Amino acid sequence: MYSFDIERPTSVADAVAALADEDAQALGGGQTLIPTLKQRLAMPSKLVSLSGISEMKGISQAGDSLTIGGGSTHGAVAAGAGAYPALAALAGGIGDPAVRNRGTIGGSLANNDPSACYPAAALGSGATIVTNAREIAADDYFQGMFTTALDEGEIVTAVTFPIPEKAAYVKFEQPASRFALVGVFVAKFADGVRVAVTGASEEGVFRWTEAEAALSADFSADALAGLSLSGDGMIGDLHGTGAYRAHLVAVMTKRAVAAAG
Amino acid sequence: MTKVTMTVNGKSVSGDVAGNRLLVEFLREDLRMTGTHVGCDTSQCGACVVHVNGEAVKSCTMFAAEADGADVATIEGQAAADGTLNTIQQAFQDYHGLQCGFCTPGMVMSAAALLKDNPKPTEAEVRDYLEGNICRCTGYHNIVRAIMAASGQDVPAVAAE
Amino acid sequence: MPKDHGIGASTKRREDVRFLTGVGNYTDDINIHGQAYVHFLRSDVAHGRITNLDTAAAAAMPGVVRIFTGADFEGVGGLPCGWEVTDKHGQPMKEPAHPVLAQGKVRHVGDPIAAIVADTLEQARNAAEAIEVDIEELPAVVDMKAALADGATLVHDDLSDNLCYDWGFVEENKAAVDAAIANSAHVTTLELVNNRLVANPMEPRVAVGDYARGTGDSTLYTTSQNPHVIRLLMGAFVLGIPEHKLRVVAPDVGGGFGTKIFHYAEEAFCTFAAKAINRAVKWTSSRSEAFMSDCHGRDHVTKIELGLDADNNFTALRCLTYANMGAYLSTFAPSVPTWLHGTLLAGNYKTPLVYTNVKAVFTNTVPVDAYRGAGRPEATYQLERVIDKAAREVGADPVELRRQNFITEFPYQTPVAVVYDTGDYHATMDKMLELIDRDGFAARRSASEAKGKLRGLGINCFIEACGIAPSNLVGQLGARAGLYESATVRVNATGGLVVMTGSHSHGQGHETAFPQVISEMIGIPEEQVEIVHGDTANTPMGMGTYGSRSIAVGGSAMVRATEKIINKTKKIAAHLMEASEADIELKDGQFTVSGTDKSVAWGDVCLAAYVPHNYPLEDIEPGLEETAFYDPSNFTYPAGAYACEVEVDPETGHVKIEKFVSADDFGNVINPMIVEGQVHGGIAQGIGQALLENCVYDDNGQLLSASYMDYTMPRADDLPHMDSYSVDHSCQTPCTHNPLGVKGCGEAGAIGSPPTVINAILDALQSGGHKVDHIDMPATPARVWAAINQAS
Repeated sequence: MYSFDIERPTSVADAVAALADEDAQALGGGQTLIPTLKQRLAMPSKLVSLSGISEMKGISQAGDSLTIGGGSTHGAVAAGAGAYPALAALAGGIGDPAVRNRGTIGGSLANNDPSACYPAAALGSGATIVTNAREIAADDYFQGMFTTALDEGEIVTAVTFPIPEKAAYVKFEQPASRFALVGVFVAKFADGVRVAVTGASEEGVFRWTEAEAALSADFSADALAGLSLSGDGMIGDLHGTGAYRAHLVAVMTKRAVAAAG
Repeated sequence: MTKVTMTVNGKSVSGDVAGNRLLVEFLREDLRMTGTHVGCDTSQCGACVVHVNGEAVKSCTMFAAEADGADVATIEGQAAADGTLNTIQQAFQDYHGLQCGFCTPGMVMSAAALLKDNPKPTEAEVRDYLEGNICRCTGYHNIVRAIMAASGQDVPAVAAE
Repeated sequence: MPKDHGIGASTKRREDVRFLTGVGNYTDDINIHGQAYVHFLRSDVAHGRITNLDTAAAAAMPGVVRIFTGADFEGVGGLPCGWEVTDKHGQPMKEPAHPVLAQGKVRHVGDPIAAIVADTLEQARNAAEAIEVDIEELPAVVDMKAALADGATLVHDDLSDNLCYDWGFVEENKAAVDAAIANSAHVTTLELVNNRLVANPMEPRVAVGDYARGTGDSTLYTTSQNPHVIRLLMGAFVLGIPEHKLRVVAPDVGGGFGTKIFHYAEEAFCTFAAKAINRAVKWTSSRSEAFMSDCHGRDHVTKIELGLDADNNFTALRCLTYANMGAYLSTFAPSVPTWLHGTLLAGNYKTPLVYTNVKAVFTNTVPVDAYRGAGRPEATYQLERVIDKAAREVGADPVELRRQNFITEFPYQTPVAVVYDTGDYHATMDKMLELIDRDGFAARRSASEAKGKLRGLGINCFIEACGIAPSNLVGQLGARAGLYESATVRVNATGGLVVMTGSHSHGQGHETAFPQVISEMIGIPEEQVEIVHGDTANTPMGMGTYGSRSIAVGGSAMVRATEKIINKTKKIAAHLMEASEADIELKDGQFTVSGTDKSVAWGDVCLAAYVPHNYPLEDIEPGLEETAFYDPSNFTYPAGAYACEVEVDPETGHVKIEKFVSADDFGNVINPMIVEGQVHGGIAQGIGQALLENCVYDDNGQLLSASYMDYTMPRADDLPHMDSYSVDHSCQTPCTHNPLGVKGCGEAGAIGSPPTVINAILDALQSGGHKVDHIDMPATPARVWAAINQAS
């Protein structure tokens, strides 16, 4: 790693102030950022650790929505998001137990790795990303691989998930990294079904609108019969071609619908 | 440099660390507690697992500065003061759950975290929990057996056949 | 009742206590006062000419002690190769120079260009970024067949082509094999790849060089399976340090699997640099660095043809293998595709004629050398895959086709040079079939099909040549080393023993198993025996641990030395009891005179040897210390039969191991617990090769599987559950030529399991109507899915 200072503010306001410095960078749980720093692929002057900010932690339910502090770890969400079981299950399947004890939902959404799980949950649920400055609808937030609507120095302080009638996330793991080779989040709301796909596209997480239309009309795996995606624009690497990923999207979507019940 | 103070295996320790000092480096190089190992640089192998405030974390993927004020437990603090192995350590010896020993500190610390939350895990739960701990020697078979046995469940003795 | 001590007891491992409490002493745990740290600037291109290398700015960076480049090593030897293969025309292999630091050219991603020594590692890494290096890129030679094409770019400019050797075995049989294949009633042909693997011991390599100016002594602490071999190769061939001025220490080593046999540039560098700067120099590999600097394994491309007569008897076997050597010849690389591979192609079968042609090829990739099994997994894989395919083609039962061709009489002279001393292949097959419950398979398959899954059963038989090796034989085959092993047994005055062995434990449990043998021989508690290994300063010259040789060769040396001790103590006991030496018996730590009630304890005899007041000084010397060097007269031949059941998800291509059993014949077993642990580990690596692990380069020679993010290590949930997993070693035909009757168990699992898994997958796919005859390893979900799609 290059050398840098580290700060541990205890409030969002202090963190935002600290991030105003040139080349300062926010540190969530660090489970992606620290390996990146080890490879010397980033050169911040200062890291602003968000892990000491208690106002960014915690899970609260209000009516049909669940709000999760951006600093909540995957483990905390797995244990505490029982009101939204598909979300809790997704969190409990990210990485491994030690990673889940450090990695945070805010960090994951800010990074927007094309193979991460949380983007599928946020987009699939139509969540609202809450930052220190504003609220951003998930449909506007994800802007391609590792790209989001966040401005420089903006912090994801919370995420609000509307709780659907039914939902499930099914992931087919890339065997080495155990990230999603393809992950599909299906959520059925009173006004329709949302289907979000991670791991597959070169554009990052996306909604499979054809499947959404079919499932909104008939929420069953059979409703997906005949629907398929093209392998064009899908990620191709040593773990699978674009065509394979496109095929898996259809398979995982069916399985997610079946799992949602 | 930042001054950090933490409790390691019940003892208060402190030191001056650079911002980029990892917790595992602080343990191994500053405190000369070399029981915690580093087996990869992508946060996957788990040889470096320690407990911070009672939770398993990868000490190679956490800065020492972030552990300021924390309660840290490492492999060196697992046995009794007289050297008697704890239940998990003893089960690893009894069931031959280690060969070269390099992944072992992380395995034992992960197993301890598992059994704290889930005192009687199924075999599938044990295998799932070990997703972040890689062993190249044992094929995991005897590690899983050791953890099941340490949880008080009936596991056939080694080499009974 | 199982034994509770001595040979055959599952004694708990004493070394576990230090590993379980965090007080092991691995090389990275060693820090020498004032040590400096080295970081290697490594090539990020696969092939190129260094046109400019300027270290001036970097040398002025904070903390930099000195920067070394290839120029500093011009007068220093290169890394030597320890095995010379002679090609089919009688010519020696091509043996290009292997410099410690690149000399003008880089030949693989990871090839070290410069070494930056600084006060801290961070300073060294900072300085590395300030080195100005220009490389004129050359086309990368990656594919082996392309490397041999006319006009291919040369990996080594001073060689005429990229062919290291073209080996034929048994060359005299070639015409007969061709004729027998031509005349066979049926010929089964298969082309396959034995995938490139990375050994990945969990402890990355580390080297700490130290130099004592006062005495001129150099010391290297290193993660090695064989410190004496490193001392000899590095001292004599690279740095020119006589062995009495060079100590090599391999303390607790966190796994090896072959990749820590070899002498590496980093070891030579740290030793060299410590003297140059008069300060200890430490290098600790990161895992990312390990992927591009540890020798890889396997990487064979093979065409195999098996001839059968009208009654399904094997008539002949003909093979052509391209074997990747990588950019340079690693220590034992040439031996792996040849003598460790061709000699095993008879397998368990009485195929009368065998011929193999092996073309070893230089490419712009990391050097390839031995990895668990080394040559024998490649031989087994091709043979057992072609037999399974043949069974399908001729409509034979795969078990019965193997059985009818089994070798049943021993000793057996194979057509590929080696002589199997003993074995019983029907016995291991019977045991395997019992464990897998073949009769119940149809019901299990139906249950899987009801879930929409395909279930397959695969079997495999194998033999390996272990306990390497008879020195005079391997010398004729090109080895530049002897392959004996040594032990010094030092008995202390109060009766305790220290065994200083040339074998090296990096997970095998020698500290526990070796004392079990001594305890059995003398009748003293195992706790009274201490094992010392891994330090050239206090062990006799030994060849180290690999090739399943520790107990078979190192253990035999220990037995021979202990026999000398027992002979001497009997003389002393005879003197003390005023009896004839011929009447002395040693049992349970007591010497007795047969036919009398006279006795004297082991400890009293030992004390007499060191306090020789009442002692036959005219006949024997005081003291009790003996050394033996044991050179085996033959290899050992462990064999086994494995079976596996898989469930394939046809929608995703995912393969799950549902059941796995092994029936091994290791001859006698010293510690069953340790033996089973070795088999578990070998099987996990074999399943890893079959399903998960693959080292992949792109066409430019860039390593794509360069970390655990892309190289799939087997994890706990990839492997079978305990109630569907069984390893058996109850079939025992003891080795006839070593004193313990042991054969070795370290590599069996890695040899026996890959074809078992692939055979099972193909059985599953065929059962679903998918006409898939072959699938290359690793059978990843993407590959299995693609195979299903192409077949349907």
